[in-house]
Amino acid sequence: MNDLVASIPFLGKRHPAVARWGTLALIILAPILAGYFGRTWIRVLDFALLYMLLALGLNLVVGFAGLLDLGYIAFYAVGAYTWAFLASPHFELHWPIWAILPLGAGFAALAGIILGFPVLRLRGDYLAIVTLGFGEIVRIFLNNLNYPVNITNGPQGINGLDPLVLFGWDLSRTLRLGDFQIHSLYLYYYFFLLCVAGAVILIHRLQISRIGRAWAAMRDDELAAKAIGIDTRAMKLLAFSLGATFGGVAGGLFGAFQGFVSPESFSLMESIAVLTMVVFGGMGNIVGVIVGALALTFLPEILRHVAVPLQQTLFGHVILDPEVLRMLLLALAMIFMMLWKPAGLVPAQARYSRPGLLARERP
Amino acid sequence: MATDAPASPVLEVRGMEVAYGAIQAVQGIDLTVGAGELVCLIGANGAGKTTTLNAIAGLLPLAGGEIRFLGEPVHSLPAHKRLRRGIALVPEGRGIFTRLTVEENLRMGAYTRPDKQEVEAGLARVYAMLPRIRERLTQVAGTLSGGEQQMLAIGRALLSHPKLLLLDEPSMGLAPLVVEKIFEVIQTVASEGVTVLLVEQNAHLALEFARRGYVMESGRITLAGSGADLLADPKVRAAYLGE
Repeated sequence: MNDLVASIPFLGKRHPAVARWGTLALIILAPILAGYFGRTWIRVLDFALLYMLLALGLNLVVGFAGLLDLGYIAFYAVGAYTWAFLASPHFELHWPIWAILPLGAGFAALAGIILGFPVLRLRGDYLAIVTLGFGEIVRIFLNNLNYPVNITNGPQGINGLDPLVLFGWDLSRTLRLGDFQIHSLYLYYYFFLLCVAGAVILIHRLQISRIGRAWAAMRDDELAAKAIGIDTRAMKLLAFSLGATFGGVAGGLFGAFQGFVSPESFSLMESIAVLTMVVFGGMGNIVGVIVGALALTFLPEILRHVAVPLQQTLFGHVILDPEVLRMLLLALAMIFMMLWKPAGLVPAQARYSRPGLLARERP
Repeated sequence: MATDAPASPVLEVRGMEVAYGAIQAVQGIDLTVGAGELVCLIGANGAGKTTTLNAIAGLLPLAGGEIRFLGEPVHSLPAHKRLRRGIALVPEGRGIFTRLTVEENLRMGAYTRPDKQEVEAGLARVYAMLPRIRERLTQVAGTLSGGEQQMLAIGRALLSHPKLLLLDEPSMGLAPLVVEKIFEVIQTVASEGVTVLLVEQNAHLALEFARRGYVMESGRITLAGSGADLLADPKVRAAYLGE
């Protein structure tokens, strides 16, 4: 939180209190503000939070441990399909959230370890290619496991997933408090917000722990990390599995929120989109990754709402599909970032120790 | 072959072979380092010196032979376990963590040491030995000069409280004046009772500082002797000292 405030230009340094309460108010009021522009925008906000979870998880692998993973969306898929299998009419199962989310996270972690083992000795480009292949394998499996035994329902996907139900409270229904009504989209926003906040705290603790320091060392120089006694095998597997866990949780939430999953949602382009958020925001920096996820979820949506009517008035029909524009925008964002802010919007700082441990932080 | 072999060896390497695929980089070498000794291993590029050190540290598997440390075989232990036993390596090219601060780098050296007081004492000892490093604690390590990075790498290795310090080409890419400083540090380390095995291209300097030396040529040890003897040896002079 403090880091987030400090990274706001001008205001963060001069009036930290104003910036802090302003940010907090904005976070809490965001869906209400978005609601003025229509429900779609609250939905976009909800998705932005899911992408934040994904980007935070991928940041563990790419930003902290320095392992380039192009198949991260596979763990999202594992989480989402876990929800689909255990809480939908597909198998006639309706397990509670408290059983499915940990299971989804667990399966995703397992998938992370399965991916981790064969790639332990790979680095850089080679690692990227194998992880890319892994992501595609998962997607193709989901696409084709409807025959001879129908497990995933193939490209049609699975419909009618159970919504999130917390202690008997269904988040997909409008909450009525007397005359006052709170739409489901708001409820999801605040629930996802809690999840993101939890993830941020967890990941921050992880970053300044022994594990976080071991990852940083491994990322900067693997040989030297071994030479100072770090078990790099174990640390890599841990990075893959912990990163995957966040993907799994986000996937489960996605399934419940969307009510529908299909292999299409887990394409290579999604992996790249999440990676772009991490890189755009600032690899290895929690605040940066959050800002990156927010910016790159919103910009394409804004573009979609501007570009389609604009093209219709100018040319009478839509020439460029919004999905194409999204990719174009991601590409442009990366190019401009590399030119002006090569370390990302909010560059990572060297801080991997508990506050107060290092000399400069002592009074 | 070796003259005045030490009575109580810290490190004993017997018939060690290391291979990269089909290429045998180290072809059965014997090497002994006694307690408190400063021993150097010299040789031309590609002779297998770095491979030898990395294999002793556990970064490369052996294709044959054995490594004994304080009398016990360690060649089947992974690198992090050998470090816990007391074998620390300062890798070639220093291998500092460029995006961490200098102090964080030093503290990473104590990764395997659970005792906080011991870590603080170790830091104090390193600061006393390397005052230049102390001035730069909050700096990001990647911004240090080459010589400072080398000193940082040595300091970091010392924080694991090694019994045997393996130094891989500490003079690489450094100006002569800086190299001399680094060697003074190495000598201080050795005089504090840490056993040192040093790999160097700068044969003259290494032999001057070391008590004993080994000469390595295409994966084999071809000469061994005291530093002074090797310095006087006509073959060494012709091959490595440019005379």
